[in-house]
Amino acid sequence: MDERLEALDELGRYVAGQMGQDVADTQIQNGELMLRVRRDAISRVLSFLCNDANCLFQVLADICGVDYPDRDERFEIVYNLLSLKHNVRIRVKVTTDESTPVPSVSQVYPAAGWFERECWDMYGVFFSEHPDLRRMLTDYGFDGHPLRKDFPLTGYVEVRYDDEQRRVVYEPVKLVQEFRSFDFLSPWEGMTPQLPGDEKATEEDAS
Amino acid sequence: MTADPQIKTMTINFGPQHPAAHGVLRMVMEMDGEVVERVDPHIGLLHRGTEKLIEYKTYMQAVPYFDRLDYVSPMCQEHAFVLGVEKLLGIEPPPRAQYIRVLFDEITRILNHLLNLTAFALDVGAMTPMLWGFEHREILMEFYERVSGARLHAAYYRAGGVHQDMPAGLADDIREWSETFPQFIEDMETLLNENRIFKQRSVDIGIISAQDAMAWGLSGPMLRGSGVPWDLRKSQPYMVYDQIDFDIPIGKNGDCYDRYLVRVEEMRQSLRIIDQCLEKMPDGPVLTKEDKIAPPSRGEMKHSMEALIHHFKLYTEGIHVPAGETYTAVEAPKGEFGVYLVADGTNRPYRCKIRAPGFPHLQAMEYMCKGHMLADSVAILGSMDIVFGEIDR
Repeated sequence: MDERLEALDELGRYVAGQMGQDVADTQIQNGELMLRVRRDAISRVLSFLCNDANCLFQVLADICGVDYPDRDERFEIVYNLLSLKHNVRIRVKVTTDESTPVPSVSQVYPAAGWFERECWDMYGVFFSEHPDLRRMLTDYGFDGHPLRKDFPLTGYVEVRYDDEQRRVVYEPVKLVQEFRSFDFLSPWEGMTPQLPGDEKATEEDAS
Repeated sequence: MTADPQIKTMTINFGPQHPAAHGVLRMVMEMDGEVVERVDPHIGLLHRGTEKLIEYKTYMQAVPYFDRLDYVSPMCQEHAFVLGVEKLLGIEPPPRAQYIRVLFDEITRILNHLLNLTAFALDVGAMTPMLWGFEHREILMEFYERVSGARLHAAYYRAGGVHQDMPAGLADDIREWSETFPQFIEDMETLLNENRIFKQRSVDIGIISAQDAMAWGLSGPMLRGSGVPWDLRKSQPYMVYDQIDFDIPIGKNGDCYDRYLVRVEEMRQSLRIIDQCLEKMPDGPVLTKEDKIAPPSRGEMKHSMEALIHHFKLYTEGIHVPAGETYTAVEAPKGEFGVYLVADGTNRPYRCKIRAPGFPHLQAMEYMCKGHMLADSVAILGSMDIVFGEIDR
């Protein structure tokens, strides 16, 4: 296990060394290597990771977005790569906001096309130089980006078949009862493994 | 009559209600006569917003959503999610639970391949395998029912183990069934392997090279059919796969026929794994004893106040997962099924991205169909193992 972590650490330092300024940070969490990359350099870094003999991350497993509304650049775009040759995974992250485009990596990985389309659909993150940036999963003519944290779970429109007009009609969502979001999170630490005061015991043991 | 030098392509609409589309797929195909020029799959007709819903549910409530993604291989997907949660929690299920999980992962794999192979055969004109295969699917779903109470949407795996131990007698029945199953595989192979029509429809159709398969993000039998010996059960083993002896079949040509053969051989290997699991399975608990993660037993709740409180808190508030993030993948029957989980330390996932294997597979549809006949696109689609529940999410 430790050998694997060491190898990951070495790989992270190697990539950071080769890419210089473009890699802002490398980190190992839960045994997984993560790189933070400057937004403009993403295709350069990914094509390095794809082609360099020590990396060979030739499979793009996934691209996804994460929304943190409190941050300045609220969206994180996460690229999960896999190297079949070296049997390692790596995660590359860039950040962006609603208006700043992220360079598309579909030139490096053809598989990125649909993943980026999905990300655009769900978060409204724009990918520049993408060959075909249309919506992916939502309805034709859908408005908004559903996975943003400020998009309501119930959405804004609902569809039904209208017998008189003999077609499907779109209407604003009507809820029979108000949307209830149950917040079971207790204000005290009942469910955390460590109870308040427990940390004192370990301190005493140490001293 | 003068010949018209202008060649017009025709656009046809395949689906969304086409029996060979395996669900709700709409494909806009540009045809030059009978030859496919361009394919534009329109997906999302089954989009239910699973990822958004999971953000509003506790970790335990999120498990059943995974059954409903790829509804022909439910337990493998639950497995990816609970593995991710377990990784963040830093716990490991007890040995018996690990064997039960592997056992049911493989039953799920056979369930899935039975449907896919026979439906593929049906797509290219062979009806009998479908009828035979469903008999065995019925038996396997009965095993599902006996262990979890549901034939399809099991919701059986839990962070820290599985919900209940296997009922008495189930192991013997699985063993008995696994003795009869090789005969079915042989029968099916007699019908298909050397069948002239079947081979004409699948050999050299939809060829994809190993290099292209990697670039398009293919995984599972799609990647192995092209000759890449890559299986997460071997290369990044989870649970007890590293203690079990099995082989990874690979194809040579990367066409529809090779993918069919790979899946048939995978069923045989799954049987080997099932037999070994039944043989090696130890006795013991099936759920971790950690109070903050797994509910106490009924008996304990009758006389322990603390157990009662834990039970109440677990089923209302749910488990707290420490902040962190992980990408955890399992080898689902269709390929690499991954879950990218971001936890913020509360009782609900902050973000749960589901990486469905079918999504990149369908993306490669255009690449694989180009230059083929219209009827071949049905064979290619059948060999991809597409299920819309997981692609649309």
